[in-house]
Amino acid sequence: MTFDMSQFHQVFFDETAEHLVNMESLLLAINVQQPESEDLNAIFRAAHSIKGGAATFGFSDLAELTHVLENLLDKVRKNELPLSRDIVDASLLSGDLLKEMLAFHRGDEPVDEARIAVLKQKLEQLSVPGAAAVPSAPVAAPAVAASGRLHIEIYPPVAMAVEELWQRLAALGSLQIMQALDEQADPVIPALAVLTTASPCDDVVEMLAFLLPPESFKVVEDITVEDDGVGFFSLPALAPAGDIAFEEDGFGLFAPLPASTASPNADIAFEEDGFGLFAPLPAATASSKPGVAFEEDGFGLFEPLAAAPAAAPVPAAHHAPSPAKEPVRAEPRAATAGAATAGENSIRVSTDKVDLLLNLVGELVITQSMLMQYGSGLDSVEHENLLNSISLLQRNSRELQEAVMSIRMMPIAFVFNRFPRVVRDLAGKLDKQVELKMVGENTELDKGFIEKLSDPLTHLVRNSLDHGIESPEQRRAKGKKETGLLTLRAFHEGGSIVIEVTDDGAGLRRDKILSKARESGLPVSDTMSDTEVWALIFEPGFSTAAEVTDVSGRGVGMDVVRKNIVAMGGRIDISSMVDIGTTMTIRLPLTLAIMDGMSIKIADETYVLPLNYILESLQPKPSEVKTIAGRGQVVSVRGEYLPIVSVAEYFSIDAPASQPDKSILIIVESSSQKVALMVDELLGQQQFVVKNLEANYRKVEGLSGATIMGDGRVALILDVAAIVRMNLQKAHGEILTAQLH
Amino acid sequence: MGVATMDANNSSDTDKARREYLVFALGKEEYGIDILKVQEIRGYDAVTRLAKSPSFIKGVINLRGHIVPIVDMRIKFDVGNVIYNDFTVVIILNVLNRTVGMVVDGVSDVIELSGDDIRPAPEFGAVMNTNYIQGLGVVGERMIIMVDIEKLMSSDEMALMDAAVAANV
Repeated sequence: MTFDMSQFHQVFFDETAEHLVNMESLLLAINVQQPESEDLNAIFRAAHSIKGGAATFGFSDLAELTHVLENLLDKVRKNELPLSRDIVDASLLSGDLLKEMLAFHRGDEPVDEARIAVLKQKLEQLSVPGAAAVPSAPVAAPAVAASGRLHIEIYPPVAMAVEELWQRLAALGSLQIMQALDEQADPVIPALAVLTTASPCDDVVEMLAFLLPPESFKVVEDITVEDDGVGFFSLPALAPAGDIAFEEDGFGLFAPLPASTASPNADIAFEEDGFGLFAPLPAATASSKPGVAFEEDGFGLFEPLAAAPAAAPVPAAHHAPSPAKEPVRAEPRAATAGAATAGENSIRVSTDKVDLLLNLVGELVITQSMLMQYGSGLDSVEHENLLNSISLLQRNSRELQEAVMSIRMMPIAFVFNRFPRVVRDLAGKLDKQVELKMVGENTELDKGFIEKLSDPLTHLVRNSLDHGIESPEQRRAKGKKETGLLTLRAFHEGGSIVIEVTDDGAGLRRDKILSKARESGLPVSDTMSDTEVWALIFEPGFSTAAEVTDVSGRGVGMDVVRKNIVAMGGRIDISSMVDIGTTMTIRLPLTLAIMDGMSIKIADETYVLPLNYILESLQPKPSEVKTIAGRGQVVSVRGEYLPIVSVAEYFSIDAPASQPDKSILIIVESSSQKVALMVDELLGQQQFVVKNLEANYRKVEGLSGATIMGDGRVALILDVAAIVRMNLQKAHGEILTAQLH
Repeated sequence: MGVATMDANNSSDTDKARREYLVFALGKEEYGIDILKVQEIRGYDAVTRLAKSPSFIKGVINLRGHIVPIVDMRIKFDVGNVIYNDFTVVIILNVLNRTVGMVVDGVSDVIELSGDDIRPAPEFGAVMNTNYIQGLGVVGERMIIMVDIEKLMSSDEMALMDAAVAANV
């Protein structure tokens, strides 16, 4: 029976994305000089989980890259390699590539193979201890078909350069250098390598014998190289002893333990499939623990058998106080257990299920309000109990609705978390010093917004870094701290969530913006208020950057930002002061699924108008309504003439044409355009559950969706932005026609 | 052309198995649709008019929290008496993962037919375009026009879907 794995792919994608995010934030936070072993372990675990998942689901490209990354990280966490900036950078880069690969598997562009190859090589180089000593280490040539695996050890004295030797060996097949030769070390650290080759073992021995004195090399053939690399070499008179703990299948274990002295210390933990471990413990010298774990399929590590009495196996030698080994090992276990417990506290549910739940609760609320309506007609004394129950039901269903809504809510940290990285990379690129401060990461907002917010916010952050915060020299000249401060802040305010991007940079330059606006032919005047001037930067094609950098300045950013924010039903404002800084404020409704709206009546049809577009409503005096020949009517509101749009006319509702002075005008604003919508009646303000029309029907111009009213009927939600836009187009069209005549 | 291929499909699908069809009336003709596409049958009420749509799209209703469009086949095919009262019937269909309601003159019964009972439809003057007709079902004296309701509902002329969605069907 074939088992369809693809059904789990989504889970894998989600989890991998989480691991990547986790890994990145840890990498960014880590102190390169003194890394916390807990952090290193966590980073390793993330890479390890990705590898495991990728291999299980058959994403071999992901698995291969993480495998190389994991090897490197493993060495780092075991203190075999000091953590360096290079390693952090390479790991971050791997994270990026993995993300791209993930996107590819989700149906995006494929990732450039060359970049992966370059990165892999870089990671492999970094993972060779003392990589500097063996710069030209020939690494991982394509696997040789039907090959044997030879474990090669080289001891001094070496008559020739080790590099040259490696090169000759590499010519025979794929050579993996496990450890570089270190003659200075005491005891001498032998060079170790695994050669995967089609040549017979004897040929290799012959070649080495030709180059080296016989006592300075050793070749052991690994016979069972297949797949998991289970090679168990039980050398005569040697028995595996001590409490060697294995966790999974497939090891090659070389455990020559000279009798008697054996060891309470061969305390070796393996984590997964396929190891070869050679851990000879010379008699009496068992001072340290060969706690060596390899995660490669079928490697071999040869310790010097003949070495001096003090021989401390190499990897352990790095573990300065060897008893410390025990706690270090124990720690990740505990942490893993902790993480697992945390994992059990949350479950992964598809948004469809949540939406269904939301739907059902919405229905319940409607049913409840119907009950309420019928109940209100009853005698309150006679039916006291029934009425009490109805009001109890009301409270319960409201609480239930809130609880269900909160399922969709996620902390904004999911968006903010990417910025430490963005800021770090960008500040480096721009040679600026920037400190990022994040406030209110736990502020919750609808999951739908989380995804849509990241692009606009990234634009704003990049803008602040590029145009806002000055270079350290400029800042010093202005008497500011050299390090600029970028603050991301999120908080709730009324029914909306506010997100601020604040920098303490140069601020917006009014004169520059105005002159640029004039250049681009925008209608501006010197008497415009600051707010109006700042709003100009949202105009398409507007950029005041002195030169176009690859960071920003192409003038496509800000208008897209505003468009995206408006599409989410929000708005963006700017406040700025020269040399003090700039704050961009984004305001969004709390959720997409529920909206505050005003229900209105036109003839006998009910429509809903989103509240965030409404400025005010009024009943005009006849004298305030003017008719412009052939262009419809305008209303004068405090000296401003606004076009009147009849909703009845817009939707061709059959009703006697009403007069503006007999109906109600609702002033709405969209993209800084104000329009007066003419309606018959205001019914009231309430929250509406938004449903889309496209699910079973199609997009209708002028409508942004539908909702269900208290009586169970459907009311349509007006798309104010579209109506305003349409009105504008109509006006332009008329002007054009007028000009033509 | 559709007739021949449809017939071939039918004979392979339904030769052995008998399938059930819901029969509804439009004017003087009887039509049959695959009962598995039918979600429920309900009365006609509380339809919210949709502006800027063709006249046969009556509007949308709230079907237990889902916004469902209602098409009146009587207007679409210009048959029957277009009146709405307590006896007006709406067949709620589940086609292509969408829910659509369709007003007809009446629902008569459910019949069981095998592939043999369905004859290829000649070019004839039904109110529906023959593209949507799978064949003619014969039950005793009655002749039932078998309709591929999915094809009909996703067609351009029904204007129920955005062009992009319909193209993906």
